[in-house]
Amino acid sequence: MIPQDYLGLAFFSMLCCFWPLGIAAFYLSQKVLQLQQTFDSSLEKPQFPGASAEFVDQLEFIQPNVISGIPVYRVMDRQGNIINPSQDPQLSKETVLNFYQKMTMLNTMDRILYESQRQGRISFYMTNYGEEGTHIGSAAALDPNDLVFGQYREAGVLMYRGFPLDHFMAQCYANADDLGKGRQMPVHYGSKDLNFVTISSPLATQIPQAAGAAYAVKRENTNRAVICYFGEGAASEGDAHAGFNFSATLECPLIFFCRNNGYAISTPTNEQYRGDGIAARGPGYGMLSIRVDGNDVFAVYNATKEARRRAVAENQPFLIEAMTYRIGHHSTSDDSSAYRSVDEVNYWDKQDHPISRLRHYMTARGWWSEDDERSWRKQSRKTVMEAFERAERRLKPNPELLFTDVYQEMIPSLNKQRESLWRHVQQYKENYPLDLYEK
Amino acid sequence: FLEPEASSCEGMMAAAARLFLRGANSKLSIAPGSLGTTLLKLSPNCSSRTKTQRRHAAHFTFQPDPVPSQYGPTQKMNLFQSITSALDNTLASDPTAVIFGEDVAFGGVFRCTVGLRDKYGKDRVFNTPLCEQGIVGFGIGVAVAGATAIAEIQFADYIFPAFDQIVNEAAKYRYRSGNMFDCGNLTIRAPWGCVGHGSLYHSQSPEAFFAHCPGLKVVIPRSPIQAKGLLLSCIADKNPCIFFEPKILYRAAVEQVPEDPYTIPLSQAEVLQEGSDVTLVAWGTQIHVLKEVASMAQEKLGVSCEVIDLQTILPWDIETVCKSVVKTGRLLISHEAPVTGGFASEISSTVQEECFLNLEAPISRVCGYDTPFPHIFEPFYIPDKWKCFEAIKKMINY
Repeated sequence: MIPQDYLGLAFFSMLCCFWPLGIAAFYLSQKVLQLQQTFDSSLEKPQFPGASAEFVDQLEFIQPNVISGIPVYRVMDRQGNIINPSQDPQLSKETVLNFYQKMTMLNTMDRILYESQRQGRISFYMTNYGEEGTHIGSAAALDPNDLVFGQYREAGVLMYRGFPLDHFMAQCYANADDLGKGRQMPVHYGSKDLNFVTISSPLATQIPQAAGAAYAVKRENTNRAVICYFGEGAASEGDAHAGFNFSATLECPLIFFCRNNGYAISTPTNEQYRGDGIAARGPGYGMLSIRVDGNDVFAVYNATKEARRRAVAENQPFLIEAMTYRIGHHSTSDDSSAYRSVDEVNYWDKQDHPISRLRHYMTARGWWSEDDERSWRKQSRKTVMEAFERAERRLKPNPELLFTDVYQEMIPSLNKQRESLWRHVQQYKENYPLDLYEK
Repeated sequence: FLEPEASSCEGMMAAAARLFLRGANSKLSIAPGSLGTTLLKLSPNCSSRTKTQRRHAAHFTFQPDPVPSQYGPTQKMNLFQSITSALDNTLASDPTAVIFGEDVAFGGVFRCTVGLRDKYGKDRVFNTPLCEQGIVGFGIGVAVAGATAIAEIQFADYIFPAFDQIVNEAAKYRYRSGNMFDCGNLTIRAPWGCVGHGSLYHSQSPEAFFAHCPGLKVVIPRSPIQAKGLLLSCIADKNPCIFFEPKILYRAAVEQVPEDPYTIPLSQAEVLQEGSDVTLVAWGTQIHVLKEVASMAQEKLGVSCEVIDLQTILPWDIETVCKSVVKTGRLLISHEAPVTGGFASEISSTVQEECFLNLEAPISRVCGYDTPFPHIFEPFYIPDKWKCFEAIKKMINY
């Protein structure tokens, strides 16, 4: 149906000297003309609203370029040597040592907490082995006020921002010092002060949320960015598609950071996707994208830094796919020897590890010696163990906290349930582990 | 409305008429004039519409509330206009507030957002891509970042892709983070309920799915005055709220609605008329059915009904309903949604727990059948006044 443009009506009315109607119709017809694009079918260019490419008269399907896909940006080789000096971010010794210490501290904490689960002290744990570079490199490139949405394997980002070991431990032990009030499984960290949104188990749900937060942050006009971490498995979720599309169409200052570590529990990448990884999807959404060597902390740093600068300056999202390898099991509930070889894991542990590569960079500059290494290992282990022991001794939170924060306010029906629990526990107290909890 | 292929003269006349009425608020569909009917009759296969082909009138009569005097000057508004008014008030007073969803920019498929983009800017009233999980996820993020997010889902029937975001994320944000983060600034609006011809996917009432989710609030207004006040309460409320708007009332319900903002408290059921023999509970469109049923019961059976509008489904006002049942001893709950697992089952279960010895008869639920919402069978499917009337008769004679 051709939309009414009122021009015919205008002409007819004015011809009949019915001026009010004629003038009104003429006015409206001019408005309609403004709204319409000029369609010129004499040109041989496509006029479709949906796409404005050229016509082509050869039938040819576009080949998805998987063999030689998007290249991997790196700064250091596997031995920690700078390849192209112009790409060396030339960070100060202090900064680089901090990178190293944060990565190794994370590694040490992982070892101790993994063991503690094995010994039945905490219920569950997820290590970050092999991915420390992705955490520290990206966290260092952000502003402390930038909002972080994570998945579950980004503890290094929190560590870099200064989340105390006591708080990590408190959350894993779900003790009375847990900022989350003991409500979630281990590694579901969060910190309001450090702008790290609390982790949730459902995968990829954070991706469209990050787009919304970035939109709100854009409107605030405070030059903040938002970063959203997820794995290559989570990127298969519908929420990932939603988040990418929304952030591009709504022009959000957002960095999507995909940790492509080769596995989603037992599912390898060739069963997760058939295209060229996650980076290749970015252009499909109109997003600037890059693939980086996730085990090269400087490459991660450079890419994140530039993405952040431009995301805020230009109000558009960026996609960084950091290639890495999950050296550890998916979690304490997983034994990855069931689906991959020990040789494969050893290769990454020994030949291409973010911590080793950075150490080689440091030792080459005389910034770190064997003695430094030995004493740091001893000191960091001691710090972690002390925090661990403190967390062990601490009571669990008051069971009243079972009922609070469902809504901002306590509601009558929930209050009744709370009272009913207390009456019950009073009567059957010997069956409830009250001694472990704060009163 | 069927429009035959218009001849140029007819088109002119129709255009002229539309031009004059352009300023009017309600969209006017012109049935073809006498010329058009003649054209229809000329077609050999087409006789004038028989009784079976005529579409049925609505199953209820909207009963407007008296003009409120305590909120300042009022204006005649239908339901979608009262929603626009609430949104207008919100955008005016809260600089962080944003409204988004499919097609909201041009005014929305139900015209609830007409004029707002022009008035407040394209960064505040904007279209999103066609993706409900994205709309709600995005809305959660906006709320978490501290801004007021008003998300529109085009039909409640399409809210399910967003179910994970609503149930697993929005509802649990505050609790799981130890109150460090929350999305209390999020309100989700969606057209709800039967509309005469909506069929499976434009008629659903999904409140029961969300009633099972602690952390959410679910609110359903019965009229324009209620809608504006309740919507403003939802927006102000520091918990994620779902606001279902009875679409059949968008144009059919007209009241004098205050222009200035005002709130109606959540989780407070309203006793619309007092009675002594039976308590009738419903929400949304069904309230108007029950009000008529109450008159029928009084006239034909001499039965005095107490009619309660629940308004907030979650958390619901247990006290008001139980207090009423203690008085009357009989309870009828009615909703369009299927009876099994519908919200009437929750009310019934709680009331029998609290008021067992006061009950004179089993609690009655007059609801939709356990089928998807049918198209041509809608007149048989819906819990109409005759079914409710019959249920009251049974309870009285128990």
